[in-house]
Amino acid sequence: MAEERRQKLCSVILPTESMKAMAESVGVGSLQEDSCLALSEEVSYRIKEIAQDALKFMHHGKRRKLTTGDIDHALKLKNVEPLYGFQSQEFIPFRFASGGGRELHFYEEKEVDLSDIINTPLPRVPLDVSLKAHWLSIDGVQPAIPENPPPVPKEQQKTDSTEPLKAVKPGQEEEGSIQTKGQGASSAEVKGSSAKMVPLMRMKPRSTHELSVEQQLYYKEITEACVGSCEAKRAVCVCNKCYLFLFQVRVNVVQNNLALLIYLMRMVKALMDNPTLYLEKYLHELIPAVVTCIVSKQLCLRPDVDNHWALRDFAARLMAQSCKTFSTTTNNIQSRITKTFTKALLDDKTQWTTRYGCIAGLAELGHDVIKTLIIPRLSVEGARIKAVMDGPVVSNIDKIGADHVQSLLLKHCASVVAKTRPLPDMVDQYKVDYGYLGTMLCSHVVKARAQAAFQAQTVNRTTLTITQPRPTLSVSQSGLSTSSGSRAPSIIKVPSSLTLMSTRPGTPTQPSPPATKYIVMATSAGAASTHYLPTAPTAILHSAADYTYPAMRVKRKKSLTTMVEDLLCNRS
Amino acid sequence: MAAVQDGPMELDTEKETKPEILSDGTSKLSGNAASGTLSSSPLTAGGAPKQEDQQTLIAVLQFLRRNKLSESVEILRREAGLEDQEDSQTLDGSGGGKGDRDGGEANSLLSRVSITSAAAPQSTLTPITVKRANEQLDVSVVLSAYSQQGDPSLYQVYYSGLKNFIESVLDCHRAELSQLFYPLFVHMYLELVYNNHENEAKAFFEKFGGDQECYYQDDLRVLCGLTKKEHLKGNEVLLDFRTSRFVLRISRDSYQLLKRHLQERHNNQIWNIIQEHLYIDIFDGMPRSKSQIDSMSGSFAGEARREVNKVKVFHGLLKEPEIEVPLDDEEDEAENEEGKPKKKKTKKDSMGSKSKKQDPNAPQQNRIPLPELKDSDKLDKIMYMKESTKRIRLGPENLPSICFYSFLNAYQGLTAVDFTDDSSLLAGGFADSTVRIWSVTPKKLRKVKSAGELNLIDKESDDVLERIMDEKTASESKILCGHSGPVYSVSFSPDRNYLLSSSEDGTVRLWSLQTFTCLVGYKGHNYPVWDTHFSPFGYYFVSGGHDRVARLWATDHYQPLRIFAGHLADVTCTRFHPNSNYVATGSTDRTIRLWDVLNGNCVRIFTGHKGPVHSLAFSPNGKFLASGSTDGRVLLWDIGHGLMIGELKGHTDTIYALKFSRDGEILASGSMDNTVRLWDSTKAFDDVETDDFTAATGHIHLPDNSQELLLGTYHSKSTPVTHLHFTRRNLLLAAGGYSSQ
Repeated sequence: MAEERRQKLCSVILPTESMKAMAESVGVGSLQEDSCLALSEEVSYRIKEIAQDALKFMHHGKRRKLTTGDIDHALKLKNVEPLYGFQSQEFIPFRFASGGGRELHFYEEKEVDLSDIINTPLPRVPLDVSLKAHWLSIDGVQPAIPENPPPVPKEQQKTDSTEPLKAVKPGQEEEGSIQTKGQGASSAEVKGSSAKMVPLMRMKPRSTHELSVEQQLYYKEITEACVGSCEAKRAVCVCNKCYLFLFQVRVNVVQNNLALLIYLMRMVKALMDNPTLYLEKYLHELIPAVVTCIVSKQLCLRPDVDNHWALRDFAARLMAQSCKTFSTTTNNIQSRITKTFTKALLDDKTQWTTRYGCIAGLAELGHDVIKTLIIPRLSVEGARIKAVMDGPVVSNIDKIGADHVQSLLLKHCASVVAKTRPLPDMVDQYKVDYGYLGTMLCSHVVKARAQAAFQAQTVNRTTLTITQPRPTLSVSQSGLSTSSGSRAPSIIKVPSSLTLMSTRPGTPTQPSPPATKYIVMATSAGAASTHYLPTAPTAILHSAADYTYPAMRVKRKKSLTTMVEDLLCNRS
Repeated sequence: MAAVQDGPMELDTEKETKPEILSDGTSKLSGNAASGTLSSSPLTAGGAPKQEDQQTLIAVLQFLRRNKLSESVEILRREAGLEDQEDSQTLDGSGGGKGDRDGGEANSLLSRVSITSAAAPQSTLTPITVKRANEQLDVSVVLSAYSQQGDPSLYQVYYSGLKNFIESVLDCHRAELSQLFYPLFVHMYLELVYNNHENEAKAFFEKFGGDQECYYQDDLRVLCGLTKKEHLKGNEVLLDFRTSRFVLRISRDSYQLLKRHLQERHNNQIWNIIQEHLYIDIFDGMPRSKSQIDSMSGSFAGEARREVNKVKVFHGLLKEPEIEVPLDDEEDEAENEEGKPKKKKTKKDSMGSKSKKQDPNAPQQNRIPLPELKDSDKLDKIMYMKESTKRIRLGPENLPSICFYSFLNAYQGLTAVDFTDDSSLLAGGFADSTVRIWSVTPKKLRKVKSAGELNLIDKESDDVLERIMDEKTASESKILCGHSGPVYSVSFSPDRNYLLSSSEDGTVRLWSLQTFTCLVGYKGHNYPVWDTHFSPFGYYFVSGGHDRVARLWATDHYQPLRIFAGHLADVTCTRFHPNSNYVATGSTDRTIRLWDVLNGNCVRIFTGHKGPVHSLAFSPNGKFLASGSTDGRVLLWDIGHGLMIGELKGHTDTIYALKFSRDGEILASGSMDNTVRLWDSTKAFDDVETDDFTAATGHIHLPDNSQELLLGTYHSKSTPVTHLHFTRRNLLLAAGGYSSQ
């Protein structure tokens, strides 16, 4: 600690080599080792002394940074001529050089051509000192104006987010909140909630997250718009950035609410298709959500009947699209995603659902990926499928899973094989090459070749039109009964008893007024539920007026504000 | 410089040590032990049986010798029997050079002191000679005291022996005796260094340096750089440590325990140090607890002696002069009777100071000659009273509004700010040696016309004061150039006609706010002047700087009227008491001193800060003092009792600004950590129980209630708070330079 530091300070003296180098620089050729030692001790002591004096000047100059000027003044105190020429504010232009086994820092003095200096245009005159007044506090309350810092300091946000259950001291609460004069009673409620707003991005066992009034409002609007019946509204809504998205995905994954997940994925799609949005900043939130929808072990309550496969396909396509759009050399999304999928695929214990997702995800990434990563695994996967198909009676779920994986593999591989493999399609040869799946693959390849020759048009996969001849995204609450070719209905009736909208009151243990809150409970058991209570309109208006999003970065804050305002406009 | 400071102290030492030793049962023994190394021969001269006098004699000898009075030297030496001392003195010849320089400077300073304090009875001729001699001694003799010997390798044994002993005593004594560690450590280390045992010294430091209290870090850092005897001579910090005895307060029981232990062990080395270099202030009663000790320790030279803070301080306010309120005042009724309207007001704002009857603690009205009130001052007083009727009563439920003045584009160069009392002008001192003045009201700043133009004015006209101003020069801000180094403080005169600025160039300048030119440059501090402050009645001002003294000046004298010497390091801040009879100074030696303007004496020493003191504020009623330091704590002091009465923790960086609200209910503090904090000072002062016992012993139990007293914290975005000011209506103004990174 501090003591250690001091002891280190105690032993610090300049190395004798420096003395030698300095002596050489002033023309003293050979310096005795003893003299070097004596010199370095003396010089170190003097330097420390000067530094201590310079610190005084720093303190009285009311700065935190020691400047070269301070050292000049300290030298002046000691009746030493100050060092002229070091006026550089930011850095001291030392150059480093080594050679002949020695290392050296030196000050590079370039020859300066005066005419250059004379001919260069004059730099802009720095602005003169000016005075600006603002209210730091009005009757003991700090107003929320741009001159004042955000009401909740970063440290507190951090503690709030990591320890949401920590009780807020009454005094702190008062300081931390913003509240403008004359807002009266309703602002007090806002104050209470805004002081405890927490980010919802983290899913921790046994912790209670509370949504602020604004977030509740926004959540409600978004949900209504997405799930509700008005397509126009959905378009407006979906066009807005949605940071609550991941949260919803998580909640719904845990709830196994397939219908909503599908809609959420469609929302992502809408977001991605919107060219005016810059989603790069939100990828870290979007991608995990999408990947979850691809590879999750369970996405619906009845995996044997529900068509969660379609969701996986759709999400995989989304993933591919985002890879294509956003992958850069710095974020490396594609390779990271590929790695994730491959790892899961190579694992023997992976369940069929996840396996399906992995293959789908990989397959969507393009022909090269299929060729290099999937086709070599065909025989292995074939054996696995065979074991399920031909083996002793196993669970129905496994069988369905294997079936889906098989058709998926066939579908994707066929087109690739058709392109890469030389023409004679011999079934036996296929069998040798691809094992169990060889036979079927052969017939698919033949079909594919015929189709390609016939249609000679390629399917644009990235812009996902629903008319493609593949399992379309559709909502099917009751099994696989939906016809695979039909377009998904655009109006979906969501049961009003959806848990998301239950009107049970908030948990009474919450210290703040429950009437203005969503409380999202996430427990270790994985069950999650949201409670919602309608908010008084006045409170909403107030909250929109003095929005606070301490948990979010400033930019996001702005966008969210505009969103809330948009929504309010829409409402009215 | 160090020498001067010791002047007044030395007399005290002699006065005080005597009863201490006599009261001690074993004074004989301790006395002998103390003198052990210095003299083995009996001392008969001068009729002074004290050991201190021997040093004095040597000092006189040296003085005489230096002044080539060889005959006197002979005589004195013969009489004193000091032959054997001669050799040891020659050893210090090497230090003579430095000594001479210092001595010379000291003499010149001292002569001024003696001039200024000529009225004081104690400055007769003889003590001055002795003092002066003593001062010359400081450098050489004082260091030579270290020449006493012991086996250097045993130092560690001694120290660890004492350490083991102190760690093994009862808890109640341990805390008290632990105070010994630091001074002993420093002195033993210095002895080792002085005697050229560099390696032993380093080993000693390595081994025990880490044990010391964290608040001595800064000093230890200086210490650890010192490894050579030559370094000792130039280092003022350590000279101070030597010349001023480190003061410890220890209960009688603990002291006896320590003494017995040291005698049993025949641990003369340590005993010598205790006797020679430490001053142990023994008190009867319960030993103090660790927290009690910690709250008071931390200063450069230990705690203040109890005697120092016993002098009576007249902390009451002066009676307000009676002012006839003009008839045409729209606020006041047509009562023509003098003072009547005022009386009414005083009831309203309930400031005892303004009541007719004299405050029992107030000094006499003419104790310090104060300037006569001018007509304009009276007008201002009337304005003040009017404003104060509109004043907001502050309290925990009624916090002030804060208006923050940010200096933009100052490029970290803002070093000082001041507001006028009526909050109409704001001055800023900058590192580029300029002073700038802004008008914060719509009224613009105008210069007086030139002499030629003034001749043309009709002097009989009613608006002559308007006419003398030159409209062409009206602007919102003016720049004052004249200093040749960063300006470290600015202070407006109460009548708003003058501005003081102090700078790195060693001068204090007085500027006219009528012509915006420099009127006087007060030279006296040859080193940077850190702070200056106008008296609340004008005319006088005080300045303090790197030369460790604070000076009292009058605007019409180019030399200082008083020199307040005693601080062991830079005087960093200076403030006038509201009654103008006292001056408080804060210092890098981590003490605060209160000086009597009348006779230049130090009447209070407050210890307890753990870092350099950078801000001071008197409460409006004159009873309390608040101080802020680099350690981010505000300490509250009761001036009358000389006690620490509160500690306000919360800031995380140096506190550069402190201010009480006009009624003293709120204390505002501003800091480098970009916050303004408000504290409930009424509660802080009320909570402290000052019964007779605590008043007598000075052992205060500080309640740890900073959180309760903190009424509000207001963050600025990136602006350190340099100055705070309450307007007459209790609006808080804050100022600081915006720093972009």
